[in-house]
Amino acid sequence: MTAVQPAPVAGLRQGRAERSDRSRAERRLGLLLSAPAVAIMLLVTAYPLVNAVYLSMFSYRITAPDDRRFVGFGNYTTVLGDALFWQDVFTTFVVTVVTVAVELVIGFGLAMVMHRAVFARRTVRTAILLPYGIVTVISAFAWKYAFDLQSGFVDSWLGLGDRAWFSGRWSSLSVVVLSEIWKTTPFVSLLLLAGLAQVPGDLGEAATVDGATAWQRLWRVTIPNMKAAIMVAALFRTLDAWRIFDNVYVMTSGQQRTETLSFLAYRQTITRTAIGLGDAVGVLLFLSVVLIAAVFIKGFRVDLSQVRGDR
Amino acid sequence: MAAITMSNIVKRYGDGFPAVNDVSLDVRDGEFMILVGPSGCGKSTLLRMIVGLEDITSGEMRIGERVVNTVAPQRRNLSMVFQNYALYPHLTVFENIAFPLRLAKRPDDEVRRRVTDTAGLLELTDHLERKPANLSGGQRQRVAMGRAIVRQADAFLFDEPLSNLDAKLRGQMRTEIARLQRRLGVTTVYVTHDQTEAMTLGDRVAVLRKGVLQQVGSPRELYEQPANLFVAGFIGSPSMNFLPASVEGTVLATPLGRFELRDERKAAAAAGRRVVLVGLRPESFEDAALVGAAKRERGAVVRVRVDVTEWLGNEQYAYVPYEAPEDLTARLRELSRELDGDQMRTQAVVALDASSPIVAGEEAELWIDTAGLHIFDPATGANLTRDEERVAELGRHSERVRAAKREAQRVGPPS
Amino acid sequence: METARAKAMWIAVSLLILVWTVFPILWIVMLSFKRPGEIGNQRGFLPHTWTWENYRTVFETDLFTAALVNSIGISLIATVVGVVFATLVAYAIARLEFPGKRLILSFALAIAMFPVVSLVGPLFDLWRDVGLYDTWPGLIIPYISFALPLAIWTLSAFFREIPWEMEQAAQVDGATTWQAFRKVIVPLAAPGVFTAAILTFFFCWNDFVFGISLTSTDRARPVPAALAFFTGESQFEQPTTAICAAAVVVTVPVVVIVLLFQRRIVAGLTSGAVKG
Repeated sequence: MTAVQPAPVAGLRQGRAERSDRSRAERRLGLLLSAPAVAIMLLVTAYPLVNAVYLSMFSYRITAPDDRRFVGFGNYTTVLGDALFWQDVFTTFVVTVVTVAVELVIGFGLAMVMHRAVFARRTVRTAILLPYGIVTVISAFAWKYAFDLQSGFVDSWLGLGDRAWFSGRWSSLSVVVLSEIWKTTPFVSLLLLAGLAQVPGDLGEAATVDGATAWQRLWRVTIPNMKAAIMVAALFRTLDAWRIFDNVYVMTSGQQRTETLSFLAYRQTITRTAIGLGDAVGVLLFLSVVLIAAVFIKGFRVDLSQVRGDR
Repeated sequence: MAAITMSNIVKRYGDGFPAVNDVSLDVRDGEFMILVGPSGCGKSTLLRMIVGLEDITSGEMRIGERVVNTVAPQRRNLSMVFQNYALYPHLTVFENIAFPLRLAKRPDDEVRRRVTDTAGLLELTDHLERKPANLSGGQRQRVAMGRAIVRQADAFLFDEPLSNLDAKLRGQMRTEIARLQRRLGVTTVYVTHDQTEAMTLGDRVAVLRKGVLQQVGSPRELYEQPANLFVAGFIGSPSMNFLPASVEGTVLATPLGRFELRDERKAAAAAGRRVVLVGLRPESFEDAALVGAAKRERGAVVRVRVDVTEWLGNEQYAYVPYEAPEDLTARLRELSRELDGDQMRTQAVVALDASSPIVAGEEAELWIDTAGLHIFDPATGANLTRDEERVAELGRHSERVRAAKREAQRVGPPS
Repeated sequence: METARAKAMWIAVSLLILVWTVFPILWIVMLSFKRPGEIGNQRGFLPHTWTWENYRTVFETDLFTAALVNSIGISLIATVVGVVFATLVAYAIARLEFPGKRLILSFALAIAMFPVVSLVGPLFDLWRDVGLYDTWPGLIIPYISFALPLAIWTLSAFFREIPWEMEQAAQVDGATTWQAFRKVIVPLAAPGVFTAAILTFFFCWNDFVFGISLTSTDRARPVPAALAFFTGESQFEQPTTAICAAAVVVTVPVVVIVLLFQRRIVAGLTSGAVKG
């Protein structure tokens, strides 16, 4: 409002000058207060990202720093031409779709229970929240050991004899997915709970009087009115599941063709110290995240102003 | 269309407190019934029991011939307008109105026809494609009504539908609702705490207090022949004044002065009692200087000191403080609190002609129309001077009024 | 309408949820009380013989105790610094008019969606160059920057709800600026800041990617990373039970926090997320 001021008329000078002084001071303070946080976020993301793009153009291994040479998009063609990369993309895709779909359904159920619970409300809410606080690695260990041939009780409880869950691709992945669902559904349910709380109670009553059954109320009134919350939860969880790493590392170490994109990037850079190649995977991973976010925001019209909180 | 019959309806919540206690009420087919009372009197609970959003603890609720105690709301075929309208924010005005028809899976062309007719009736035709968030308060209110009438329900239920509108719009919508109801002739139950709405809209008004039905009758009956202290105090604005009086033969000694009961019936009602509460509406007072000799004879004149005056243009109010015995003061204060007021001191409110020259802080002579006074039992609150003959007469009158109103608006409902 | 059947259904559903969420935790606890030799011999949920042995092993292993100290120290420092930074930003966003406000919020959002692994390689390089590799600050810095978005949203949503005119009211009532801040604003803002701190702490406590990538010894390695490497050490016996004992040790504080501050956490995660 006071950003661009024409030369003030003499009589008004005092007041205007004062106001714009004040707003200038306010601006300065605002930027000053934001500076440390922005600086640290930039330091950890922007510079390394640029560096990653740069390094991904080189053939470069830490173990042989003198062999470093520019290869242009060579690393990218290597990665994109490799069947392993596409296998990892497929694995990541399946894991993401399954976890997000299941979590939205279960999360919605949990949100309904938290919203309406009549019985032991506090206990139920606390219980739902527990997995959110548990370290992902520990959750991965818990589920791994539960299904493990050596220590697990699942086989005997389900009467499966000696089923080796971690010896097949899809059976290992289903346990990975299970642990991911257990750990992150609470987050989804909290986002959905916030959406549910935004739906005024009398809408449901009005629909009841209008002749809607419970099922019709859910689909015609409740869900359409919390679409924003559902899409936000879906977006967050999709991006999160797309980056899945901890569980895979602990449970399968990428064996039985269970490697995901994040794991591939990690393995190339840290384990194999093939920095150039690993960074190329990392950059591709980053681009895929941008793509997914764009699809959600443009394609599904997720209103992020609600998430950012800037009304 | 159907009558709604409530017999001994009780609603008790978990803590055992009866929100509605033994209410029996008969809403006749096509009647406009108002449920009125101060906040917390159970009127909304009663309405929600009719529509089925609250369980009935005991008693019987009938709609037409059917007992509906355990029938789910969606099968009662009633429609309701909520206080906040409860419009579906994700649907257009058209789809909001069409919602009940869509649920009933009516064919598309029928939905379009009926919604268009309804929108025409409510002058919403130009707004059908808009979302509720973009409508004004009055338009939202009309959409809510559209959704209620589109379905040809057996009865309309309104839960304080005008309380979110500003005063001017409220007046307009009030007439609109009245016109629509007479025109469609649908049984209507309307909850409000606003007595202007109660008096102007209702064929009959049911007054509730702490979950108990106090009196049911035409607005005139409630005003002229209240059954008890509570109804007398609740109906009418400003409220009726209650003066403690000791009975000395046919003379009542009140803090404002002594006056004689000329009406034999009223004298008989007070006879044999030591202390009574005398109910006098503010309208029963006049500036004695402006009253002619003949009229002066028919009432009583008292001399009082006026504390404050409020001049409103068309009339003016004068406030006359008085001293009352401790126990009766407590009783009156309790009554005032029950009526959602908080009267700090005992004072009479007097409505005078706007031309009256009475000045605050000075003494004045007031004429009291003693024919209009009521005498109440201070212990039970019962009206000792209710005139049953007059009540019957008022009942017959209200039937005539109702028939005439409906005749005036007689047009076929939207088909 | 709540009938007896509906009530029974609610109870059943609640119990089901309870089992689903608590069971894996209980399982870890059970494992931690089993004798190491039981693994591979007796399978089952309950320990065959109960023992404290694993806890003794864990606390006698330098790898774990060092990791525990690292985790606690690093997470606490990152939480304190992160929450202070986030509070400054959130205050500016909620209270001040300045250009770039939306940009900061969008940027924070972008960071929250960032694939952490993409950065691990370059950070690994950078940290080695500047000597932050395998040090506390080497983890604290990335923790702060990735926990900041959540803290900023939570706090700015919270700060927007604070009736700031109370501060002026207090000044009119005779308080100095400092008194108004301390006696009015601090008590109003404290719950939000506290909630943000819990969420930030959970984030740091949970990290694994940075933990395994940016450390190489127990100088800075946090517990989750240590647990993963613990598996690799082949001894005569499976380390399963010892890992579980260590897991229980780091889970207990989390469970306590959730039990005590359930309401706060729910409010924090829901307020920042969706506003109608």
